[in-house]
Amino acid sequence: MTEASPSGPAKAPRVGLFVTCLVDLFRPNVGFAAVKLLEDAGCVVEVPQAQTCCGQPAFNSGDRKDARDIAEQTIRALENYDYVVAPSGSCAGMLKKHYPELFEDDPVWHGRAERFSAKVFELVSFLADVLGVTSVEASFNGSVTYHDSCSGLRELGIKGQPRKLLKSVQGLELKEMKDPDVCCGFGGTFCVKYPDISNKIVSEKTRAIRDAGAGTLLAGDLGCLMNMAGKLKREGSAIEVRHVAEVLAGMGDQPAIGEKAKG
Amino acid sequence: MQITSPTFKDNAAKALADAQLQKALGNVRAGFIDKRQKAADALPEFEALRDAARDIKNHTLAHLDLYLETYAEKVEAAGGQVHWAETAEDARNRILEICRRLGAKTVTKGKSMITEEIGLNAFFEEHGVTPVETDLGEYIIQLRGEHPSHIIAPAVHLNKEQVEEDFRRVHTHLDPSRNLDEPTSLLGEARAVLREKYFQADVGITGANFLVAETGTSIIVTNEGNGDLTQTLPKAHIVVASIEKIVPTLEDVSQILRVLARSATGQDMSVYTTFSTGPRRDEDPDGPGEYHVILLDNGRSAMLGTEYQEMLRCIRCGACMNHCPVYHAVGGHAYGWVYPGPMGAVLTPSLVGVDKAGHLPNASTFCGRCESVCPMRIPLPKMMRHWREREFERNLNSAVARYGLGLWAFFAKRPALYQFATGTAMRLLGAIGKGKGRFAALPLAGGWTRHRDLPAPEGKTFQSQWAERQKKMKAKAA
Ligand code: SF4
Repeated sequence: MTEASPSGPAKAPRVGLFVTCLVDLFRPNVGFAAVKLLEDAGCVVEVPQAQTCCGQPAFNSGDRKDARDIAEQTIRALENYDYVVAPSGSCAGMLKKHYPELFEDDPVWHGRAERFSAKVFELVSFLADVLGVTSVEASFNGSVTYHDSCSGLRELGIKGQPRKLLKSVQGLELKEMKDPDVCCGFGGTFCVKYPDISNKIVSEKTRAIRDAGAGTLLAGDLGCLMNMAGKLKREGSAIEVRHVAEVLAGMGDQPAIGEKAKG
Repeated sequence: MQITSPTFKDNAAKALADAQLQKALGNVRAGFIDKRQKAADALPEFEALRDAARDIKNHTLAHLDLYLETYAEKVEAAGGQVHWAETAEDARNRILEICRRLGAKTVTKGKSMITEEIGLNAFFEEHGVTPVETDLGEYIIQLRGEHPSHIIAPAVHLNKEQVEEDFRRVHTHLDPSRNLDEPTSLLGEARAVLREKYFQADVGITGANFLVAETGTSIIVTNEGNGDLTQTLPKAHIVVASIEKIVPTLEDVSQILRVLARSATGQDMSVYTTFSTGPRRDEDPDGPGEYHVILLDNGRSAMLGTEYQEMLRCIRCGACMNHCPVYHAVGGHAYGWVYPGPMGAVLTPSLVGVDKAGHLPNASTFCGRCESVCPMRIPLPKMMRHWREREFERNLNSAVARYGLGLWAFFAKRPALYQFATGTAMRLLGAIGKGKGRFAALPLAGGWTRHRDLPAPEGKTFQSQWAERQKKMKAKAA
């Protein structure tokens, strides 16, 4: 941050990046895109090693005990930063909305979880709403369509922010699909527990994506992206699939999700 | 009604393969969603009304015993009779007693999910009473020997052509060459056939959308007006309602009514809102000679004071299923009992047991769209998760799922080990997947790869690359 405040130069906010397990394992490029966006916006970014997954698989499978253990671990690893940012609406939603719920009956941890959750943000909404970023230095040659992932949209109110920042990307054209706010059928373990139903839902989604006529599909959650990319590829579609942060960071030239490295 | 929720997966597979059904389900998506949105947008105070509606029901549930007693007193003061029924069986027996005493052979019925819940039609038929459904959708599915697939649009799983076929099959007294191309001609024919039945009926049964404690009034909302004829023409009117239908005052009802039809069908108000209080009075030109209310508990009072209490706010508008991607995919019958969609996924385990209905709260992506449209602000996904917790505590989920989850949690709770193991695994997976960038099949990932490819990982994990970057930066600085 370069602007000076009356009391001297503003101190750069220290951000703890919660990478999310899927980004860590499958798509590190998204993590580096997040780091770049945050650093460009004047943050100091750190990535504590003591993080793994946000605990949703346990939480949503009814395993509260393991979910709590993982939540405690995540809180311990990240609670001392000014902000905690994740490149995923679903994981940020877990940290922000559901961690306090997990400790409802624990007087010590509940307050701690609430203080922690107040610092947690999803990446794109953090840039737009907290840091006041209105444009990014990036270019992208082509048309994109944007899918609103459910948790980000309904738990965190993310809808306008990514679209606003995407409009500032040079050369990018946004083509909306029909019903961008309808679930893609991923649902975490849902997609492997009920594969046939999940398939029906994602098929409706890929139809809307194809009808939008854009060359690239973007969203803010890797789980949804892998689901939609996997289906598009199975259908033989040439539409490329990327995380929105990759395009905003000007790192949209990596092989797309589910594509092989070029050359 | 036989419960087929345990075979939800098979039911769903059948539904997905049923082309007729899939065509009809397209209508749910096309019909309800935009209309609700328009109605909500047109009313500036809509969101505030949702809060008010929630608060009214919360208050009522906190004092349910008081309001139920007040209601019962008022019904009796108006000359009606209240029958408390703890179970479905109690309710059926009380209803049959009344019918027998009046020598009833034919009973007309307005649309009522509670009579579905207690399996009244089958029971009537076993005991020589003929039930006649008078709501068009209910009439159609009665002709077909089916159950409703939606709580406000019982025949939404059918296409017009199927209905025409049924009418031609059953209404053999009518001219076979008649034209039934238009939905209105189907409605006209049903009306004409039903008109006869109203006059034959000895007893009329309706459900209730609301029971008003202040006045002892029962209220139904319909679009066809069939409920009015059902309850005014016969000798006796029996209202069958569950205990959570109670609302303190008429003023409260008028508030909730403003969100009900808008959420359900996108109408400002349903066409008919019918109030009935007691039997015909001397000065009334018409009305039933007797007025009975069957107040059904059937497991609801056991939900009070639990994490499922909020479900008792439900006003059965159907918005949650109208917006549910899973309901859109498989329709209502797959859920296997009376109540489908998100509200059924919470309510059914409460009423029939999570051991039987365990699939229902699991078969959700937690997309949250149901909660976002529920006029009563019921946190449906949260309560589905509570059912998953009850299942997990009781070891009801599959051994494979538990084992997988346990293994995953073991690593997720040990960051150093986790990073070592995932670092190695991802490098391996990345190397194997490099050629295509994705997998069409992978051991243990059949649930995923049956219908879609699995994108391959890049190779090195973020954490390992980040550690390298940190090392380099330190070296530079030194
Ligand atoms: S749960 Fe909410 S949306 Fe669903 S039927 Fe009940 S009141 Fe309507």
